[in-house]
Amino acid sequence: MNFVSPDLSPAYAEMFVLGMTCLVLVVDVFLKDSQRGITYVLSMLTLLGAAAITATSGVVAQELVFSGHFVSDPMGDVLKLVVYATTAVVFLYSRDYLRQNDLFKGEFFMLALFAMLGIMVMISAGSMLSLYLGLELLSLSMYALVAFQRDSAQAAEAAMKYFVLGAIASGCLLYGISLLYGMTGTISLSGISASFSSADQFNIPVLFGLSFVVVGVAFKFGAVPFHSWVPDVYQGAPAPVTLFIASAPKIAAFALAMRLLVDGLGDLQGGWQDMLVALSVLSIVIGNLVAIVQTNIKRMLAYSTISHVGFILLGILTGSQEGYAAAMYYAIAYVVMTTGAFGLIIILSRKGYEAEQLEDFKGLNSRSPWLAGMMLMLVFSMAGIPPFVGFYAKLTVLMGLVEVGLTWLAVLALVFSVVGAFYYLRVVKLMYFDEPQEEGKPEAALDIRVLLSANAALVLLLGLFPDGLMSLCIKVFQ
Amino acid sequence: MIGLPHYLTLSAILFLLAVAGIFINRRNVILLLMCIELMLLAVNFNFVAFSRFLNNLDGQIFVFFILTVAAAEAAIGLAILVVLFRSKRSIDVDDLNSMKG
Repeated sequence: MNFVSPDLSPAYAEMFVLGMTCLVLVVDVFLKDSQRGITYVLSMLTLLGAAAITATSGVVAQELVFSGHFVSDPMGDVLKLVVYATTAVVFLYSRDYLRQNDLFKGEFFMLALFAMLGIMVMISAGSMLSLYLGLELLSLSMYALVAFQRDSAQAAEAAMKYFVLGAIASGCLLYGISLLYGMTGTISLSGISASFSSADQFNIPVLFGLSFVVVGVAFKFGAVPFHSWVPDVYQGAPAPVTLFIASAPKIAAFALAMRLLVDGLGDLQGGWQDMLVALSVLSIVIGNLVAIVQTNIKRMLAYSTISHVGFILLGILTGSQEGYAAAMYYAIAYVVMTTGAFGLIIILSRKGYEAEQLEDFKGLNSRSPWLAGMMLMLVFSMAGIPPFVGFYAKLTVLMGLVEVGLTWLAVLALVFSVVGAFYYLRVVKLMYFDEPQEEGKPEAALDIRVLLSANAALVLLLGLFPDGLMSLCIKVFQ
Repeated sequence: MIGLPHYLTLSAILFLLAVAGIFINRRNVILLLMCIELMLLAVNFNFVAFSRFLNNLDGQIFVFFILTVAAAEAAIGLAILVVLFRSKRSIDVDDLNSMKG
Protein backbone atom coordinates (compact mmCIF):
# COMPACT_ATOMS: atom_id res chain seq x y z
CA MET A 1 0.00 0.00 0.00
CA ASN A 2 1.44 3.34 -0.85
CA PHE A 3 0.26 6.54 0.71
CA VAL A 4 0.39 9.61 -1.48
CA SER A 5 0.50 12.70 0.65
CA PRO A 6 -1.77 15.33 -0.84
CA ASP A 7 -0.41 18.63 -2.05
CA LEU A 8 -1.56 21.09 0.59
CA SER A 9 0.20 24.13 -0.83
CA PRO A 10 -3.05 26.02 -1.70
CA ALA A 11 -3.92 26.02 2.00
CA TYR A 12 -0.52 27.17 3.32
CA ALA A 13 -1.81 30.63 4.18
CA GLU A 14 -4.57 29.22 6.41
CA MET A 15 -2.15 26.82 8.08
CA PHE A 16 0.31 29.63 8.68
CA VAL A 17 -2.34 31.88 10.24
CA LEU A 18 -3.61 29.03 12.43
CA GLY A 19 -0.12 28.14 13.62
CA MET A 20 0.87 31.72 14.27
CA THR A 21 -2.37 32.52 16.11
CA CYS A 22 -1.83 29.55 18.42
CA LEU A 23 1.75 30.74 18.93
CA VAL A 24 0.56 34.26 19.77
CA LEU A 25 -1.95 32.72 22.17
CA VAL A 26 0.77 30.85 24.05
CA VAL A 27 3.31 33.68 23.98
CA ASP A 28 0.73 36.15 25.25
CA VAL A 29 0.11 34.07 28.37
CA PHE A 30 3.73 34.60 29.47
CA LEU A 31 3.79 38.35 28.87
CA LYS A 32 3.43 41.04 31.49
CA ASP A 33 0.97 43.84 30.80
CA SER A 34 3.81 46.19 29.93
CA GLN A 35 5.08 43.80 27.26
CA ARG A 36 1.75 43.49 25.42
CA GLY A 37 3.36 45.25 22.47
CA ILE A 38 4.98 41.92 21.58
CA THR A 39 1.53 40.41 20.96
CA TYR A 40 0.73 43.33 18.70
CA VAL A 41 3.98 42.94 16.73
CA LEU A 42 3.51 39.18 16.40
CA SER A 43 -0.07 39.64 15.14
CA MET A 44 1.15 42.12 12.56
CA LEU A 45 3.89 39.69 11.50
CA THR A 46 1.23 36.98 11.10
CA LEU A 47 -0.68 39.18 8.71
CA LEU A 48 2.47 40.10 6.83
CA GLY A 49 3.53 36.45 6.48
CA ALA A 50 0.07 35.39 5.34
CA ALA A 51 0.03 38.19 2.79
CA ALA A 52 3.44 37.08 1.49
CA ILE A 53 2.23 33.47 1.13
CA THR A 54 -1.00 34.41 -0.62
CA ALA A 55 0.62 36.99 -2.89
CA THR A 56 3.28 34.56 -4.10
CA SER A 57 0.95 31.57 -4.56
CA GLY A 58 0.25 32.57 -8.16
CA VAL A 59 -3.00 30.65 -8.47
CA VAL A 60 -4.41 31.05 -11.97
CA ALA A 61 -7.15 28.42 -12.01
CA GLN A 62 -9.32 26.67 -9.47
CA GLU A 63 -7.43 24.12 -7.34
CA LEU A 64 -9.13 21.72 -4.94
CA VAL A 65 -7.57 20.27 -1.80
CA PHE A 66 -8.84 18.28 1.20
CA SER A 67 -11.14 16.14 -0.99
CA GLY A 68 -12.75 19.18 -2.53
CA HIS A 69 -13.58 20.88 0.77
CA PHE A 70 -11.10 23.64 0.09
CA VAL A 71 -10.90 25.73 -3.08
CA SER A 72 -8.11 28.01 -4.08
CA ASP A 73 -8.83 30.41 -6.91
CA PRO A 74 -7.88 33.96 -8.01
CA MET A 75 -11.03 35.49 -6.49
CA GLY A 76 -10.17 33.94 -3.14
CA ASP A 77 -6.60 35.25 -3.27
CA VAL A 78 -7.67 38.82 -4.00
CA LEU A 79 -10.31 38.76 -1.26
CA LYS A 80 -7.84 37.29 1.24
CA LEU A 81 -5.28 39.99 0.51
CA VAL A 82 -7.96 42.62 1.13
CA VAL A 83 -8.88 40.92 4.41
CA TYR A 84 -5.24 40.84 5.63
CA ALA A 85 -4.82 44.51 4.79
CA THR A 86 -8.09 45.38 6.53
CA THR A 87 -7.17 43.47 9.67
CA ALA A 88 -3.75 45.14 9.79
CA VAL A 89 -5.38 48.56 9.42
CA VAL A 90 -7.83 47.67 12.21
CA PHE A 91 -4.96 46.71 14.54
CA LEU A 92 -3.09 49.90 13.75
CA TYR A 93 -6.07 52.21 14.30
CA SER A 94 -7.06 50.39 17.49
CA ARG A 95 -3.68 50.28 19.24
CA ASP A 96 -3.76 53.65 21.01
CA TYR A 97 -7.48 53.49 21.79
CA LEU A 98 -7.06 50.06 23.39
CA ARG A 99 -4.11 51.29 25.46
CA GLN A 100 -6.02 54.32 26.74
CA ASN A 101 -9.07 52.29 27.70
CA ASP A 102 -7.19 49.43 29.40
CA LEU A 103 -8.31 47.06 26.67
CA PHE A 104 -4.86 46.42 25.22
CA LYS A 105 -5.02 42.68 25.88
CA GLY A 106 -4.03 39.64 23.92
CA GLU A 107 -7.66 38.56 23.50
CA PHE A 108 -8.43 41.33 21.05
CA PHE A 109 -5.67 40.28 18.68
CA MET A 110 -6.28 36.55 19.07
CA LEU A 111 -10.02 36.78 18.52
CA ALA A 112 -9.53 39.07 15.54
CA LEU A 113 -6.99 36.66 14.05
CA PHE A 114 -9.30 33.68 14.59
CA ALA A 115 -12.15 35.63 13.03
CA MET A 116 -9.86 36.37 10.10
CA LEU A 117 -9.02 32.68 9.80
CA GLY A 118 -12.77 31.99 9.68
CA ILE A 119 -13.12 34.52 6.88
CA MET A 120 -10.26 32.85 4.98
CA VAL A 121 -11.88 29.42 5.33
CA MET A 122 -15.19 30.84 4.10
CA ILE A 123 -13.52 32.52 1.14
CA SER A 124 -11.90 29.21 0.19
CA ALA A 125 -14.85 26.96 1.00
CA GLY A 126 -15.43 24.14 -1.47
CA SER A 127 -18.25 22.46 0.41
CA MET A 128 -21.13 23.33 2.69
CA LEU A 129 -19.17 21.89 5.60
CA SER A 130 -16.12 24.14 5.27
CA LEU A 131 -18.40 27.10 4.56
CA TYR A 132 -20.30 26.44 7.79
CA LEU A 133 -17.18 25.90 9.88
CA GLY A 134 -15.58 29.10 8.57
CA LEU A 135 -18.76 31.01 9.23
CA GLU A 136 -18.99 29.75 12.80
CA LEU A 137 -15.32 30.44 13.51
CA LEU A 138 -15.93 34.00 12.35
CA SER A 139 -19.21 34.43 14.23
CA LEU A 140 -18.10 32.90 17.54
CA SER A 141 -14.97 35.07 17.60
CA MET A 142 -17.12 38.09 16.81
CA TYR A 143 -19.59 37.44 19.64
CA ALA A 144 -16.71 37.27 22.09
CA LEU A 145 -15.09 40.40 20.63
CA VAL A 146 -18.26 42.44 21.09
CA ALA A 147 -18.50 41.42 24.75
CA PHE A 148 -14.80 41.94 25.28
CA GLN A 149 -15.15 45.22 27.18
CA ARG A 150 -16.45 43.36 30.21
CA ASP A 151 -17.48 46.29 32.40
CA SER A 152 -19.73 47.82 29.76
CA ALA A 153 -23.42 46.91 30.11
CA GLN A 154 -24.10 48.18 26.61
CA ALA A 155 -21.44 45.92 25.10
CA ALA A 156 -22.83 42.88 26.92
CA GLU A 157 -26.32 43.65 25.71
CA ALA A 158 -25.11 44.13 22.14
CA ALA A 159 -23.18 40.85 22.33
CA MET A 160 -26.25 38.99 23.56
CA LYS A 161 -28.44 40.35 20.75
CA TYR A 162 -25.74 39.59 18.20
CA PHE A 163 -25.32 36.09 19.59
CA VAL A 164 -29.01 35.18 19.58
CA LEU A 165 -29.72 36.59 16.11
CA GLY A 166 -26.49 35.18 14.71
CA ALA A 167 -27.36 31.75 16.07
CA ILE A 168 -30.82 31.93 14.46
CA ALA A 169 -29.12 32.85 11.18
CA SER A 170 -26.77 29.88 11.42
CA GLY A 171 -29.75 27.66 12.26
CA CYS A 172 -31.67 28.84 9.17
CA LEU A 173 -28.62 28.45 6.96
CA LEU A 174 -28.05 24.94 8.28
CA TYR A 175 -31.68 23.98 7.82
CA GLY A 176 -31.45 25.12 4.21
CA ILE A 177 -28.20 23.23 3.77
CA SER A 178 -29.74 20.06 5.21
CA LEU A 179 -32.63 20.28 2.71
CA LEU A 180 -30.26 20.85 -0.20
CA TYR A 181 -28.18 17.90 0.99
CA GLY A 182 -31.32 15.78 1.12
CA MET A 183 -32.18 16.65 -2.46
CA THR A 184 -28.73 16.22 -3.94
CA GLY A 185 -27.06 13.69 -1.64
CA THR A 186 -23.85 15.69 -1.53
CA ILE A 187 -22.43 18.58 0.45
CA SER A 188 -19.76 19.67 -2.02
CA LEU A 189 -20.62 22.88 -3.84
CA SER A 190 -19.55 21.53 -7.21
CA GLY A 191 -21.65 18.39 -6.64
CA ILE A 192 -24.71 20.45 -5.72
CA SER A 193 -24.14 22.66 -8.73
CA ALA A 194 -23.99 19.57 -10.97
CA SER A 195 -27.26 18.11 -9.65
CA PHE A 196 -29.42 21.17 -10.25
CA SER A 197 -30.47 22.54 -13.61
CA SER A 198 -32.23 25.81 -14.31
CA ALA A 199 -35.55 23.92 -14.52
CA ASP A 200 -35.27 23.33 -10.76
CA GLN A 201 -36.02 26.98 -9.99
CA PHE A 202 -39.72 26.10 -10.14
CA ASN A 203 -39.30 23.05 -7.92
CA ILE A 204 -41.01 23.83 -4.61
CA PRO A 205 -38.82 21.77 -2.23
CA VAL A 206 -35.69 23.20 -3.84
CA LEU A 207 -37.03 26.73 -3.44
CA PHE A 208 -37.84 25.94 0.19
CA GLY A 209 -34.24 24.98 0.90
CA LEU A 210 -32.98 27.90 -1.15
CA SER A 211 -35.02 30.45 0.79
CA PHE A 212 -33.60 29.23 4.13
CA VAL A 213 -30.10 29.57 2.70
CA VAL A 214 -30.82 33.08 1.45
CA VAL A 215 -32.21 34.06 4.87
CA GLY A 216 -28.94 32.90 6.44
CA VAL A 217 -26.88 34.86 3.94
CA ALA A 218 -29.02 37.97 4.40
CA PHE A 219 -28.60 37.77 8.19
CA LYS A 220 -24.84 37.64 7.84
CA PHE A 221 -24.86 40.56 5.41
CA GLY A 222 -27.20 42.50 7.68
CA ALA A 223 -29.74 43.11 4.90
CA VAL A 224 -33.26 44.33 5.74
CA PRO A 225 -35.43 42.66 7.18
CA PHE A 226 -32.67 40.72 8.91
CA HIS A 227 -30.72 43.81 9.97
CA SER A 228 -31.91 44.37 13.54
CA TRP A 229 -28.58 43.36 15.07
CA VAL A 230 -26.47 45.76 12.99
CA PRO A 231 -27.20 49.13 14.66
CA ASP A 232 -27.15 47.74 18.20
CA VAL A 233 -23.87 45.92 17.72
CA TYR A 234 -22.23 48.92 16.05
CA GLN A 235 -23.35 51.18 18.88
CA GLY A 236 -22.70 48.85 21.80
CA ALA A 237 -19.30 47.47 20.87
CA PRO A 238 -16.13 49.45 21.62
CA ALA A 239 -15.05 51.49 18.57
CA PRO A 240 -12.15 49.20 17.46
CA VAL A 241 -14.46 46.17 17.51
CA THR A 242 -17.07 48.11 15.54
CA LEU A 243 -14.37 48.99 13.05
CA PHE A 244 -13.49 45.33 12.65
CA ILE A 245 -17.11 44.12 12.42
CA ALA A 246 -17.96 46.81 9.89
CA SER A 247 -15.10 45.96 7.56
CA ALA A 248 -13.65 42.46 7.11
CA PRO A 249 -16.86 40.40 7.68
CA LYS A 250 -18.53 42.19 4.75
CA ILE A 251 -15.87 40.65 2.51
CA ALA A 252 -16.73 37.33 4.15
CA ALA A 253 -20.44 37.84 3.49
CA PHE A 254 -19.67 38.61 -0.15
CA ALA A 255 -17.58 35.42 -0.37
CA LEU A 256 -20.38 33.46 1.34
CA ALA A 257 -22.91 34.69 -1.21
CA MET A 258 -20.58 33.99 -4.13
CA ARG A 259 -19.67 30.48 -3.01
CA LEU A 260 -23.14 29.43 -1.98
CA LEU A 261 -25.41 31.16 -4.47
CA VAL A 262 -23.16 31.43 -7.51
CA ASP A 263 -20.78 28.46 -7.28
CA GLY A 264 -23.25 26.08 -5.61
CA LEU A 265 -26.69 27.21 -6.73
CA GLY A 266 -25.83 29.17 -9.87
CA ASP A 267 -28.43 27.31 -11.91
CA LEU A 268 -31.17 28.47 -9.56
CA GLN A 269 -30.33 32.10 -10.30
CA GLY A 270 -33.93 32.70 -11.41
CA GLY A 271 -35.04 31.59 -7.95
CA TRP A 272 -32.68 33.64 -5.79
CA GLN A 273 -32.66 36.71 -7.98
CA ASP A 274 -36.17 37.71 -6.90
CA MET A 275 -35.35 37.17 -3.24
CA LEU A 276 -32.22 39.32 -3.53
CA VAL A 277 -34.19 42.02 -5.36
CA ALA A 278 -36.56 42.25 -2.39
CA LEU A 279 -33.68 42.25 0.13
CA SER A 280 -31.66 44.88 -1.69
CA VAL A 281 -34.59 47.23 -2.34
CA LEU A 282 -35.63 47.05 1.32
CA SER A 283 -32.03 47.54 2.47
CA ILE A 284 -31.44 50.60 0.30
CA VAL A 285 -34.79 52.20 1.16
CA ILE A 286 -34.88 51.51 4.90
CA GLY A 287 -31.13 51.94 5.40
CA ASN A 288 -31.09 55.39 3.86
CA LEU A 289 -34.34 56.59 5.43
CA VAL A 290 -33.67 55.45 8.98
CA ALA A 291 -30.10 56.78 8.89
CA ILE A 292 -31.52 60.31 8.56
CA VAL A 293 -33.06 60.31 12.03
CA GLN A 294 -30.01 58.98 13.88
CA THR A 295 -28.11 61.16 16.32
CA ASN A 296 -25.44 58.62 17.11
CA ILE A 297 -22.83 58.45 14.38
CA LYS A 298 -22.10 54.75 14.92
CA ARG A 299 -25.79 53.98 14.45
CA MET A 300 -25.93 56.28 11.45
CA LEU A 301 -23.00 54.46 9.88
CA ALA A 302 -24.72 51.16 10.71
CA TYR A 303 -27.75 52.16 8.65
CA SER A 304 -25.44 53.47 5.97
CA THR A 305 -23.78 50.02 5.96
CA ILE A 306 -27.19 48.45 5.47
CA SER A 307 -27.78 50.57 2.37
CA HIS A 308 -24.29 49.75 1.05
CA VAL A 309 -25.06 46.06 1.56
CA GLY A 310 -28.13 46.61 -0.62
CA PHE A 311 -25.82 47.80 -3.40
CA ILE A 312 -23.52 44.78 -3.04
CA LEU A 313 -26.58 42.51 -3.31
CA LEU A 314 -27.71 44.45 -6.41
CA GLY A 315 -24.42 43.54 -8.06
CA ILE A 316 -24.73 39.87 -7.13
CA LEU A 317 -28.33 39.50 -8.25
CA THR A 318 -27.57 40.47 -11.85
CA GLY A 319 -26.11 36.99 -12.31
CA SER A 320 -23.62 38.32 -14.86
CA GLN A 321 -19.85 38.33 -14.57
CA GLU A 322 -19.83 42.13 -14.82
CA GLY A 323 -22.31 42.24 -11.95
CA TYR A 324 -20.17 39.98 -9.75
CA ALA A 325 -17.11 42.08 -10.52
CA ALA A 326 -19.06 45.25 -9.71
CA ALA A 327 -20.25 43.75 -6.41
CA MET A 328 -16.70 42.75 -5.51
CA TYR A 329 -15.44 46.22 -6.40
CA TYR A 330 -18.20 47.73 -4.29
CA ALA A 331 -17.39 45.47 -1.33
CA ILE A 332 -13.70 46.45 -1.45
CA ALA A 333 -14.52 50.15 -1.90
CA TYR A 334 -16.94 49.94 1.03
CA VAL A 335 -14.26 48.40 3.24
CA VAL A 336 -11.79 51.18 2.36
CA MET A 337 -14.35 53.90 3.14
CA THR A 338 -15.65 52.36 6.32
CA THR A 339 -12.23 51.67 7.87
CA GLY A 340 -11.42 55.36 7.34
CA ALA A 341 -14.67 56.58 8.91
CA PHE A 342 -14.44 54.36 12.01
CA GLY A 343 -10.71 55.03 12.25
CA LEU A 344 -11.58 58.69 12.54
CA ILE A 345 -14.10 57.99 15.30
CA ILE A 346 -11.36 56.08 17.15
CA ILE A 347 -8.96 59.02 16.80
CA LEU A 348 -11.57 61.43 18.18
CA SER A 349 -12.30 59.17 21.17
CA ARG A 350 -10.32 59.42 24.37
CA LYS A 351 -10.08 57.59 27.66
CA GLY A 352 -13.58 56.73 28.83
CA TYR A 353 -15.18 58.81 26.09
CA GLU A 354 -16.47 57.62 22.75
CA ALA A 355 -16.90 60.26 20.07
CA GLU A 356 -20.10 58.62 18.90
CA GLN A 357 -22.63 61.44 18.89
CA LEU A 358 -23.06 63.53 15.76
CA GLU A 359 -22.60 66.59 17.99
CA ASP A 360 -19.03 65.51 18.68
CA PHE A 361 -18.28 66.41 15.07
CA LYS A 362 -19.54 69.97 15.44
CA GLY A 363 -16.91 72.49 14.42
CA LEU A 364 -14.31 69.84 13.82
CA ASN A 365 -12.80 72.07 11.15
CA SER A 366 -11.76 74.71 13.68
CA ARG A 367 -10.32 72.07 16.02
CA SER A 368 -8.44 70.12 13.37
CA PRO A 369 -8.77 71.06 9.69
CA TRP A 370 -6.84 67.95 8.72
CA LEU A 371 -9.30 65.53 10.41
CA ALA A 372 -12.27 67.45 9.01
CA GLY A 373 -10.76 67.26 5.53
CA MET A 374 -10.28 63.49 5.79
CA MET A 375 -13.84 63.01 7.05
CA LEU A 376 -15.11 65.21 4.22
CA MET A 377 -13.50 62.93 1.63
CA LEU A 378 -14.80 59.80 3.34
CA VAL A 379 -18.42 60.94 3.62
CA PHE A 380 -18.42 62.36 0.09
CA SER A 381 -17.25 58.97 -1.10
CA MET A 382 -19.94 57.15 0.91
CA ALA A 383 -22.56 59.49 -0.52
CA GLY A 384 -21.39 58.58 -4.02
CA ILE A 385 -20.14 62.02 -5.06
CA PRO A 386 -17.54 62.03 -7.84
CA PRO A 387 -14.55 61.81 -8.08
CA PHE A 388 -14.37 59.52 -5.03
CA VAL A 389 -14.42 55.73 -5.13
CA GLY A 390 -17.99 55.45 -3.82
CA PHE A 391 -19.26 57.14 -6.97
CA TYR A 392 -17.48 54.77 -9.31
CA ALA A 393 -18.54 51.72 -7.27
CA LYS A 394 -22.20 52.76 -7.42
CA LEU A 395 -21.89 53.54 -11.11
CA THR A 396 -20.55 50.09 -12.05
CA VAL A 397 -23.26 48.33 -10.04
CA LEU A 398 -25.97 50.41 -11.71
CA MET A 399 -24.47 49.81 -15.16
CA GLY A 400 -24.48 46.08 -14.45
CA LEU A 401 -28.19 46.31 -13.58
CA VAL A 402 -29.06 48.23 -16.72
CA GLU A 403 -27.20 45.68 -18.84
CA VAL A 404 -29.40 42.83 -17.62
CA GLY A 405 -32.55 44.92 -18.14
CA LEU A 406 -33.31 45.81 -14.50
CA THR A 407 -33.45 49.53 -15.22
CA TRP A 408 -36.24 50.22 -12.71
CA LEU A 409 -34.05 48.81 -9.96
CA ALA A 410 -31.16 51.03 -11.00
CA VAL A 411 -33.39 54.12 -10.97
CA LEU A 412 -34.75 53.24 -7.54
CA ALA A 413 -31.25 52.72 -6.14
CA LEU A 414 -30.17 56.03 -7.63
CA VAL A 415 -33.10 57.94 -6.11
CA PHE A 416 -32.42 56.56 -2.66
CA SER A 417 -28.71 57.25 -2.82
CA VAL A 418 -29.66 60.88 -3.43
CA VAL A 419 -31.86 60.68 -0.32
CA GLY A 420 -28.88 59.15 1.49
CA ALA A 421 -26.62 62.04 0.49
CA PHE A 422 -28.64 64.18 2.93
CA TYR A 423 -27.35 62.59 6.10
CA TYR A 424 -23.79 62.39 4.82
CA LEU A 425 -23.83 66.07 3.93
CA ARG A 426 -25.23 66.86 7.39
CA VAL A 427 -21.97 65.58 8.85
CA VAL A 428 -20.09 67.97 6.55
CA LYS A 429 -22.34 70.83 7.66
CA LEU A 430 -21.74 70.03 11.33
CA MET A 431 -17.98 69.95 10.80
CA TYR A 432 -17.62 73.14 8.81
CA PHE A 433 -20.47 75.47 9.73
CA ASP A 434 -21.26 74.79 13.38
CA GLU A 435 -19.52 76.03 16.49
CA PRO A 436 -17.39 73.46 18.30
CA GLN A 437 -18.79 72.20 21.60
CA GLU A 438 -15.38 71.62 23.06
CA GLU A 439 -11.90 72.95 22.58
CA GLY A 440 -8.66 71.11 22.08
CA LYS A 441 -7.05 69.44 19.14
CA PRO A 442 -7.56 65.66 18.92
CA GLU A 443 -4.21 63.92 19.35
CA ALA A 444 -3.04 60.99 17.25
CA ALA A 445 0.26 59.19 16.84
CA LEU A 446 2.26 59.82 13.67
CA ASP A 447 1.69 56.37 12.13
CA ILE A 448 -2.05 56.62 12.70
CA ARG A 449 -2.14 60.06 11.09
CA VAL A 450 -0.22 58.72 8.11
CA LEU A 451 -2.58 55.74 7.91
CA LEU A 452 -5.70 57.90 7.95
CA SER A 453 -4.26 60.18 5.29
CA ALA A 454 -3.36 57.15 3.17
CA ASN A 455 -6.85 55.75 3.71
CA ALA A 456 -8.53 58.94 2.52
CA ALA A 457 -6.03 59.27 -0.34
CA LEU A 458 -6.93 55.73 -1.42
CA VAL A 459 -10.61 56.73 -1.51
CA LEU A 460 -9.67 59.55 -3.87
CA LEU A 461 -7.13 57.61 -5.96
CA LEU A 462 -9.37 54.59 -6.49
CA GLY A 463 -12.05 57.01 -7.63
CA LEU A 464 -9.75 58.85 -10.05
CA PHE A 465 -8.06 55.71 -11.39
CA PRO A 466 -10.60 52.89 -10.93
CA ASP A 467 -9.31 50.79 -13.81
CA GLY A 468 -6.58 48.87 -11.95
CA LEU A 469 -8.81 47.39 -9.27
CA MET A 470 -11.76 47.04 -11.64
CA SER A 471 -9.79 45.03 -14.18
CA LEU A 472 -8.53 42.83 -11.34
CA CYS A 473 -12.14 42.23 -10.22
CA ILE A 474 -13.18 41.40 -13.78
CA LYS A 475 -10.20 39.11 -14.31
CA VAL A 476 -10.98 36.89 -11.31
CA PHE A 477 -14.43 36.06 -12.67
CA GLN A 478 -13.25 34.98 -16.12
CA MET B 1 -44.05 2.02 8.36
CA ILE B 2 -42.19 5.18 9.29
CA GLY B 3 -40.65 6.79 6.23
CA LEU B 4 -38.54 9.81 5.41
CA PRO B 5 -41.50 12.27 5.37
CA HIS B 6 -42.29 11.44 9.01
CA TYR B 7 -38.76 12.26 10.10
CA LEU B 8 -38.74 15.47 8.06
CA THR B 9 -42.08 16.54 9.52
CA LEU B 10 -40.89 15.93 13.05
CA SER B 11 -37.73 17.88 12.38
CA ALA B 12 -39.71 20.74 10.82
CA ILE B 13 -41.98 20.82 13.88
CA LEU B 14 -38.96 20.94 16.21
CA PHE B 15 -37.42 23.72 14.13
CA LEU B 16 -40.62 25.76 14.18
CA LEU B 17 -40.98 25.23 17.93
CA ALA B 18 -37.47 26.58 18.39
CA VAL B 19 -38.10 29.64 16.22
CA ALA B 20 -41.45 30.30 17.89
CA GLY B 21 -39.80 29.89 21.28
CA ILE B 22 -37.20 32.51 20.44
CA PHE B 23 -39.72 35.07 19.25
CA ILE B 24 -42.49 34.47 21.77
CA ASN B 25 -40.30 34.10 24.83
CA ARG B 26 -40.12 37.37 26.79
CA ARG B 27 -38.94 35.89 30.05
CA ASN B 28 -35.30 35.05 30.18
CA VAL B 29 -32.28 34.59 28.06
CA ILE B 30 -31.53 31.03 29.14
CA LEU B 31 -34.70 29.91 27.35
CA LEU B 32 -33.34 31.56 24.21
CA LEU B 33 -30.17 29.51 24.49
CA MET B 34 -32.23 26.35 24.85
CA CYS B 35 -34.27 27.23 21.78
CA ILE B 36 -31.10 27.81 19.77
CA GLU B 37 -29.87 24.39 20.83
CA LEU B 38 -33.20 22.85 19.83
CA MET B 39 -32.93 24.52 16.44
CA LEU B 40 -29.54 22.95 15.76
CA LEU B 41 -30.77 19.56 16.95
CA ALA B 42 -33.72 19.77 14.57
CA VAL B 43 -31.24 20.33 11.76
CA ASN B 44 -29.19 17.37 12.95
CA PHE B 45 -32.31 15.24 12.86
CA ASN B 46 -32.82 16.26 9.24
CA PHE B 47 -29.25 15.40 8.34
CA VAL B 48 -29.37 11.98 9.98
CA ALA B 49 -32.70 11.12 8.36
CA PHE B 50 -31.48 12.11 4.90
CA SER B 51 -28.20 10.34 5.46
CA ARG B 52 -29.99 7.12 6.42
CA PHE B 53 -32.41 7.18 3.50
CA LEU B 54 -29.86 8.27 0.90
CA ASN B 55 -27.31 5.70 2.12
CA ASN B 56 -24.76 8.47 2.19
CA LEU B 57 -22.49 9.18 5.16
CA ASP B 58 -21.79 12.88 4.47
CA GLY B 59 -24.79 13.94 6.50
CA GLN B 60 -23.71 12.05 9.61
CA ILE B 61 -20.23 13.55 9.40
CA PHE B 62 -21.85 16.97 9.14
CA VAL B 63 -23.81 16.22 12.31
CA PHE B 64 -20.60 15.62 14.27
CA PHE B 65 -19.36 19.04 13.26
CA ILE B 66 -22.66 20.71 14.11
CA LEU B 67 -22.66 19.08 17.55
CA THR B 68 -19.13 20.32 18.21
CA VAL B 69 -19.89 23.84 17.04
CA ALA B 70 -23.13 23.84 19.08
CA ALA B 71 -21.12 23.03 22.19
CA ALA B 72 -18.73 25.91 21.51
CA GLU B 73 -21.66 28.16 20.78
CA ALA B 74 -23.39 27.26 24.06
CA ALA B 75 -20.15 27.96 25.94
CA ILE B 76 -19.82 31.42 24.39
CA GLY B 77 -23.52 32.14 24.87
CA LEU B 78 -23.34 31.30 28.57
CA ALA B 79 -20.15 33.34 28.95
CA ILE B 80 -21.91 36.37 27.45
CA LEU B 81 -24.84 35.67 29.75
CA VAL B 82 -22.56 35.82 32.79
CA VAL B 83 -21.08 39.13 31.62
CA LEU B 84 -24.59 40.44 31.01
CA PHE B 85 -25.83 39.38 34.44
CA ARG B 86 -22.83 40.95 36.18
CA SER B 87 -23.45 44.33 34.60
CA LYS B 88 -27.25 44.39 34.49
CA ARG B 89 -28.23 42.14 37.44
CA SER B 90 -30.95 40.69 35.25
CA ILE B 91 -31.31 38.20 32.42
CA ASP B 92 -34.78 39.23 31.31
CA VAL B 93 -35.21 39.60 27.59
CA ASP B 94 -37.27 42.74 28.20
CA ASP B 95 -34.35 44.39 29.96
CA LEU B 96 -32.24 44.23 26.81
CA ASN B 97 -33.51 47.57 25.65
CA SER B 98 -30.90 50.25 26.34
CA MET B 99 -30.31 50.82 22.63
CA LYS B 100 -33.12 51.85 20.31
CA GLY B 101 -33.73 53.59 17.00
